[in-house]
Amino acid sequence: MIDWCDKCEEMMQPFLDGDLSDAEVAEAQRHLDDCNWCAKRYRFEERLRHYVRVAVTEPISPELKAKLAALRTPLDA
Amino acid sequence: MSESAPTTDDARRLAQEARDRVRFEEEALDLSDQVYRVARRLAGTREEAEDLVQQTYERAFRSWRQYTPGTNLRAWLLRILTNLNIDRGRRQQRTPQTTSLDANEAGDYFLYNKLESQVPDGSHDEERVLERLSQDSIVDALADVPHDFRDAIVLVDIGEFSYADAAQILDVPIGTVMSRLHRGRRILKKNLADSVSAT
Repeated sequence: MIDWCDKCEEMMQPFLDGDLSDAEVAEAQRHLDDCNWCAKRYRFEERLRHYVRVAVTEPISPELKAKLAALRTPLDA
Repeated sequence: MSESAPTTDDARRLAQEARDRVRFEEEALDLSDQVYRVARRLAGTREEAEDLVQQTYERAFRSWRQYTPGTNLRAWLLRILTNLNIDRGRRQQRTPQTTSLDANEAGDYFLYNKLESQVPDGSHDEERVLERLSQDSIVDALADVPHDFRDAIVLVDIGEFSYADAAQILDVPIGTVMSRLHRGRRILKKNLADSVSAT
């Protein structure tokens, strides 16, 4: 039981990234269906990735946008 | 070989080139939100990120002929930006790597285990556990990831680039992107766990 949880921990990132083979996914999924302890940690990781993306996203300022637009080549150049 | 034929051809070619350039510039400008989002986390500060984005667009508009239409323009722009960032030596490292050394050993469950132990009563659903992390602590924890690992996280997890595009932008093999991404996420989570215990 313990080693399966360890194995699932090792497989978590490639599992969520879609980098595992079908056989490996099935293997991990079998354990996740039985083990709420691991399943919870997988769900947390998914939420965390989304949360991090949102948390670190800062919108571009309108000033910078205007500056970039001003860099365009004049049409008569 | 009349005299007017080459002139007309030249004029037509110039007109076509002007149209291509206008289209390139419009497509590039449409991507500025996404380019900035990635630049902001590759660079140390907001000012540096804004400078980098501006220089990137200056260079892109100057060398637009080198872009192959139909390929990934966002990745092309980020490649310019990454090179500028390296050239300017502005890859600041906020902390020594002492906290990240044992991140790999800590593994992928470490952060959750730590947060869950701090949530009172039995309501250990993921959302409640996640609420223990503030936005500021996430920004800081990411900034404290050593830059090689951070670049991989920023491109793949924040910028949503494929491994192949990230590999091209960073000029490293795909396998390197993947290993840096995995390691980097563990360092990020270790940093977050450390920030929770520090409060």
